[in-house]
Amino acid sequence: MSLDAKIPQGPLAEKWSKHKFNLKLVNPANKRKYDVIVVGTGLAGASAAASLAELGYNVKAFCFQDSPRRAHSIAAQGGINAAKNYQNDGDSVYRLFYDTIKGGDYRAREGNVYRLAEVSVNIIDQCVAQGVPFAREYGGLLDNRSFGGSQVSRTFYARGQTGQQLLLGAYSALNRQIHKGTVKMYTRTEMLDVVTVDGQAKGIITRNLTTGEIDTHTGHAVLLCTGGYGNVFYLSTNAIGSNVTAAWRAHKRGAFFANPCYTQIHPTCIPVTGDHQSKLTLMSESLRNDGRVWAPKTVEVAEKLRKKEITADQVKEDERDYFLERKYPSFGNLVPRDVASRNAKEMVDEGRGVGGSGFAVFLDFADAIKRLGQEAVAAKYGNLFDMYYQITDEDPYKQPMRIYPAVHYTMGGLWVDYNLSTNVPGLYALGECNFSDHGANRLGASALMQGLADGYFVIPYTLGDYLATIGPKPVDANNPAFAKTKQEVAERINRLLALKGTKTVNEYHRDLGHIMWEYCGMARTEEGLTKAKGLISALRADFWKNALVVGTNEEVNASLEKAGRVADFLELGELMVDDALMRRESCGGHFRLESQTEEGEALRDDDHFAFVGAWEYKGDNQPEVLNKEDLNFEFVHLTQRSYK
Amino acid sequence: MNLTLKVWRQKDAKSTGKMVTYRAENISPDMSFLEMLDVVNESLTLKGDEPIHFDHDCREGICGMCSLYINGRPHGPKKAITTCQLHMRSFHDGETITIEPWRAGPFPVIKDLIVDRSSFDRIQQAGGFVSVNTGGVPDANIIPIPKVIADEAFNSATCIGCGACVAACKNASAMLFVSAKVSQLGMLPQGQPERWSRVQAMVAQMDAEGFGNCTNTGACEAECPKEITLTNISRMNNDFFSAKLFREEGVHENSGGGE
Repeated sequence: MSLDAKIPQGPLAEKWSKHKFNLKLVNPANKRKYDVIVVGTGLAGASAAASLAELGYNVKAFCFQDSPRRAHSIAAQGGINAAKNYQNDGDSVYRLFYDTIKGGDYRAREGNVYRLAEVSVNIIDQCVAQGVPFAREYGGLLDNRSFGGSQVSRTFYARGQTGQQLLLGAYSALNRQIHKGTVKMYTRTEMLDVVTVDGQAKGIITRNLTTGEIDTHTGHAVLLCTGGYGNVFYLSTNAIGSNVTAAWRAHKRGAFFANPCYTQIHPTCIPVTGDHQSKLTLMSESLRNDGRVWAPKTVEVAEKLRKKEITADQVKEDERDYFLERKYPSFGNLVPRDVASRNAKEMVDEGRGVGGSGFAVFLDFADAIKRLGQEAVAAKYGNLFDMYYQITDEDPYKQPMRIYPAVHYTMGGLWVDYNLSTNVPGLYALGECNFSDHGANRLGASALMQGLADGYFVIPYTLGDYLATIGPKPVDANNPAFAKTKQEVAERINRLLALKGTKTVNEYHRDLGHIMWEYCGMARTEEGLTKAKGLISALRADFWKNALVVGTNEEVNASLEKAGRVADFLELGELMVDDALMRRESCGGHFRLESQTEEGEALRDDDHFAFVGAWEYKGDNQPEVLNKEDLNFEFVHLTQRSYK
Repeated sequence: MNLTLKVWRQKDAKSTGKMVTYRAENISPDMSFLEMLDVVNESLTLKGDEPIHFDHDCREGICGMCSLYINGRPHGPKKAITTCQLHMRSFHDGETITIEPWRAGPFPVIKDLIVDRSSFDRIQQAGGFVSVNTGGVPDANIIPIPKVIADEAFNSATCIGCGACVAACKNASAMLFVSAKVSQLGMLPQGQPERWSRVQAMVAQMDAEGFGNCTNTGACEAECPKEITLTNISRMNNDFFSAKLFREEGVHENSGGGE
């Protein structure tokens, strides 16, 4: 199947405005005749649901949490990028576009990324108007800080809780519409399938997580805003409930899954302490504005630190290797995430890791505290320092943080065109759920930007075009497709409940995570990936024989919820490995050991791999088929990425 | 560490609940409280028993989903953290720990330790917003906001909506929660146009949900994981009385505000 991304022709800066003009409109009186389903209420979902309801559409919004305010966007710490150039430091829409394309290692679409940079400025205006309390200067104007992969200060922030403040802004806009009756909100409700009629998405099947009731919902369009799939690794910075089920179910109904192997391993997380651990905690990238990353120069010193014979402050300046500053003098500690992560791993591989396990490097604030004073450092990062202290019982004001990379974000996701439509008409994917804007590596503070861009400023335009095309005729809930899909969902639940083996679902999840981290994590090889494929397939087969699920459907049942999600992760994991095997190059977060420069940087193969890999589901236990969307670079010259 | 847990078990909203005793064995002091419960739940599951149900999601203290009344205190013994950030090093070997759900009429139990906090959402829906549509807003820097005001609005805005304030209060008052949003928007220039109608609408919904009044005990402030201060309640009272005495005529009937 040929994949048409529907990127408008013409100069970069005119594509979006021309496209908006060419899109069909739905007249105001007709809008209320359309039902739009929005699944997920994070930044993308809440902003889309609110904006579409403001326009006059009937919106039904769904989240599995007890309130839309809990979506995991709430946990984003560092900030949101926007090309405002308030700092007069040379920023522009084009520079944000260029940084994002380069940061993504030239594996994202020019058209999409330019649009993202273009609407970034509107997002900040919108949020301020909602009452989002961004950080400000004494003069009363908005403050900015720097993030990785850029040499300008364009990141807006609200202490280390930017995601919380932005989400609460979108949640308030959503609440206003719920109060008006234009959005019907379903909480504690999980989407378990998409209903398609004649190849078009016309509704969803949900399970009420309180009563177990399986319901059908009709809509003229379905928007999936269900986040990423980082929890396939078991340990990640995602929330415990974050899952791939909605996206995966859509995939099995025909939506292509693009670039699943592009996962972001974030360099600065609190290291793993043991097998009991249920999740990992991020320490925001913003900390690299003032924190200096280092490891001991020699294995001997590292060994002493690991055995706690000495403490970090006793390591003399000339025994320290500030390896990011040394290797990348122009970007220093603010290199992009993939580069920082790989370098931390390299230190550990060389035996220079610290902490009890040796799987950590230092992030040191001693210089910043000396320069700015403890109070100023606390004002910027106080909540992060507190969080670190709670988890590790170590005071980062007195000794450097120990950090190590952890799974954080997934650049891959459902394939969408320029209109955010999947290849299934009527089915859209927004935010982290889609694959579109970050290429093979996302820059810091760009996830919040993309989620809100999609929800506030893209979908309200592009969805209208589709709705105007299909017309406002009500969706027929009696179409047999609804009953049939509902029946399939119920059968799957019964299959899961019938699993009365000896191993808990959580153990399967942990096993899958170990395989993914070992073979499909920061460094990947042909041999390792091939091995992983066999291991995952065997684990999946074992799951359906030997897993243990307790309770019944007609109640709150965490065991059942988790079983459904893990079953989907077990399928996704294999596709990620297939994708990583297929992509015989390194790019961004996808690092194939076979493909690196002499200096150990990711080496792309543009001749063979400058494409989006979109996978097509062909039935249970059938190999998926690869569809390619060629990436054409008209405006940016492809080079080996350098942050030196 | 080995611990004895006394846990509230309740099948659903209609059933009667009771305290059940469990053993938590081989618990590492580095585990979080919820990870300790995970361990207990794994062993219950392996025995074919129903695991203990509790709300949780981000496990980094920001989503507000986790709750738990631990040894008589919301979010346990430590100050300014949520249950997910509470670590077992705060307990000692052999200790008996009592775990109950939030106890308040407007937070009915759904199952075990899970309660229904949708009353909080309904209060926010009644007025916790600035009525601006997407698009057509002015440039973000057009209105300078003094840093102290922006910072104080931010402090109020850090509320995570967990409900610890209600759980801690002998009156099951939601004043701290409601006042945090009223204060945040009431302090910012963007919140001025609806300042008086907002406070009345939110207070009316708070009353309709059955939350009690504030009698200035301060338990909410003491237990709030985000250290939202009582000052917010003063600000809300001030705005509420101003609205009632001088500005009520400006409020539409359907946005609440009835006494």
